[in-house]
Amino acid sequence: MQIDLRTVAIQPQRQAFDHLVRRFGDKAASRYQEGSYDIQAAENLHYRPTWDPDHQLYDASLTRIVMADWYALKDPRQFYYSTYTLTRARQQETAEANFSFVESRGLADMLSDELRAVALNVLVPLRHAAWGANQNNTTVCGYGYGAIFTQPCMYHAMDNLGIAQYLSRLGLLLGDTEALDAGKKAWLDDASWQPLRRYVEDCLACRDPFELFVAQNLALDGLLYPLVYERIVDQHLSAQGASAVAMLTQFMSDWFDETRKWVDAVIKVAAAESDANRAVLTEWTRQWSARAASAMVPVVELALGSGADEAVGEQLEAFRARVLKTGITL
Amino acid sequence: MDMKVAKKKLGLKDKYKLMTRDLGWEPSYHSKDELYPYMNYEGIKIHDWDKWEDPFRLTMDAYWKYQAEKERKFYAIIDAHAQNNGHLNLTDARYLSALKIFLQAISPGEYAAHRGFARVGREFPGVGPQVACQMQAIDEIRHAQTQIHAMSNYNRYYNGFHAFADQRDRIWYTSVARSFFDDSMSAGPFEFMIAIGFSFEYVLTNLLFVPFMSGAAYNGDMATVTFGFSAQSDEARHMTLGLEVIKFILEQDPDNLPIVQNWIDKWFWRGFRVLGLVSTMMDYMLPKRVMSWREAWDIYGVENGGALFKDLARYGIKPPRGWDDAEKAIDHMSHQFMLGLYQWSFGTAFHSWIPSDADMDWLAGKYPHTFDKYYRPRWKHIKKLADAGTPFKNYGLARLCQTCQLPSVFTEPDDPTLTCHRETVYKGEKYQFCSDGCQHIFENEPEKYIQAWLPMPQLFQDPINGDLGEWMKWVSLLDGKDNGDYAGSEDQKNFEAWRGLATTNQ
Repeated sequence: MQIDLRTVAIQPQRQAFDHLVRRFGDKAASRYQEGSYDIQAAENLHYRPTWDPDHQLYDASLTRIVMADWYALKDPRQFYYSTYTLTRARQQETAEANFSFVESRGLADMLSDELRAVALNVLVPLRHAAWGANQNNTTVCGYGYGAIFTQPCMYHAMDNLGIAQYLSRLGLLLGDTEALDAGKKAWLDDASWQPLRRYVEDCLACRDPFELFVAQNLALDGLLYPLVYERIVDQHLSAQGASAVAMLTQFMSDWFDETRKWVDAVIKVAAAESDANRAVLTEWTRQWSARAASAMVPVVELALGSGADEAVGEQLEAFRARVLKTGITL
Repeated sequence: MDMKVAKKKLGLKDKYKLMTRDLGWEPSYHSKDELYPYMNYEGIKIHDWDKWEDPFRLTMDAYWKYQAEKERKFYAIIDAHAQNNGHLNLTDARYLSALKIFLQAISPGEYAAHRGFARVGREFPGVGPQVACQMQAIDEIRHAQTQIHAMSNYNRYYNGFHAFADQRDRIWYTSVARSFFDDSMSAGPFEFMIAIGFSFEYVLTNLLFVPFMSGAAYNGDMATVTFGFSAQSDEARHMTLGLEVIKFILEQDPDNLPIVQNWIDKWFWRGFRVLGLVSTMMDYMLPKRVMSWREAWDIYGVENGGALFKDLARYGIKPPRGWDDAEKAIDHMSHQFMLGLYQWSFGTAFHSWIPSDADMDWLAGKYPHTFDKYYRPRWKHIKKLADAGTPFKNYGLARLCQTCQLPSVFTEPDDPTLTCHRETVYKGEKYQFCSDGCQHIFENEPEKYIQAWLPMPQLFQDPINGDLGEWMKWVSLLDGKDNGDYAGSEDQKNFEAWRGLATTNQ
């Protein structure tokens, strides 16, 4: 038998805030909508930035992409702060359990020297690339237009930092502080890493927030994550018995699967907005992904040797197919 | 079994260093100036970013974990609050005026701080300060969102909340807070840190948050007080960051001192003016009052602020130049401001009211030297007009200060019978100010402040052209619902009727 508790019934005066009723009709709004739509100041901005007097404090013309409504760039995950942190808190629990599993069973010590070296050589310098990604997403959050677009970029930036920290822990676990020193030296000096470092520094110099989004989140991460975490860690290393490494990078694999849906959704809506947008996005994606692919070849070589060209080529094909679905033909 | 090689034991500090600043590197494909272009134009000299002491050590995994716990609790409580008609536990719906002002003027400031900290979190060429600023950036969007979510349920039942996003950009009094945050964000990265990180978060935040959250607790507002508790540990981090920033800058080069002192002077006064809104809340808007504005100032301003500036004296920092004028204003500002709000209440998306006799007696007790002498007679006069059916409304346009954007309702520091008014002519145009502090700020950066968007002149431009009804439409203000006297308002009628349903059998 069901018992209905009785409460005092009061007629609400309205369902939602005006700006949400205008967008979505007269009905209750979700917390994602309340926390995201129209919360950036849009009119009557008081002063131009002293550091950039040619622009407004929030200025959509900082990018070549033009949107009639920037709030069209919805995040399919509908992340606001709460759902974002709850999701990541669960994932960090798994990551923590994985790290302690590997540590407590001494799995790191069972790796052969050869596989350990591959894991360290490929993964540890990437903590610097992740720090670059953090700064780039922070730029997009800081200077992009419209809270719906910039908000997830801040979450993404903090994820990039988290990944840099997981990679640092991996380095410490497999090779102690010497591994971090060696990784940094490689990032700064080794020929294998220079194209990628140059790519990251070129991104840091890029001040068009949407171009930066394409260069970092679509082009570079779209190749780097599948190549490193799927091909090298999950396939190549695991097949040789080093699945402990895959446990330490599970966060990155899961994260890429989740975040690419958001990246694709943003690109798809922006490309569908106008032919001009599509042309700009195509140009950016073509340039940056070609550079990212060639920057990845010497990195992938560290693990796959002569198989690197083929692996990167295949991944580039898969990338073409991926962006085709967002309306971009390479 | 093989012997495991013992790993080096890393201390917390060293470990955190590897997790943050060791991630950075010296760029070589671009110059540092190119990647961090805004580091020099303010004149601040930083010689060694490595001297930065991390104000807290929180890696992302720990951040996600702690914050998620707080989020779970917060939303569980506000869900229960909404489900159980928690709004009927308020002392009185008059209390909501304070919340309406908060949502229209302060929550947008949280969002602005989010974007501002994202910018400085990118622009500083040192990983330590970058990470600390980025964490504040993500915290600040948390605060904007939890505030909107906490107040969303009030919007379903009460007027004045529904158009906060429109009013943030258009209504006259929100431009006080908006111009404050716009001012900080349009400044360079170092000034932003002194403005928000230090002056606002460290010096003034206690005067804003403690009264607000205590006021919520005293008046049965479980939703807001939950937000307050939930934000407390974030705020503690923000305060340590604010303090570290100022010490770091001052220790880097003696030439930084006069620049920083000038910013402290400026932002203290800017902040003090914004806090005028809080003074009215504490003295007038809370049905159950926590303490008077004067008492709050004595604790959080004089005591805490005094100790802080004593501590900073070893760097050569002096108390802000407007400090004495602020002290002189404390016993007057809430009364002057509330009288202003009452006479312009046709143009506010919150209610004001004439204080009851009991309230006036309370005010007289808290302000023995000023209230009965200067302000009770004015309230009495206003009450007489209201009782006669001719309530006092000032349809004349308020003269707004070009800097702080408040109406010029404040008096001379040494003469409470004389309205303070200053003027500066710049490039042939006349600009008006409410105080020496605001005039001084303008004269230091006239090219900035002549750009200010002033909401009053807007009244005479398209699409309003001087028509009050058109203006109300433009600011999404529903006449007769959102504005005016609390007495006789829909909010009052509804609250009393609903509370009757909940507490009686009529």
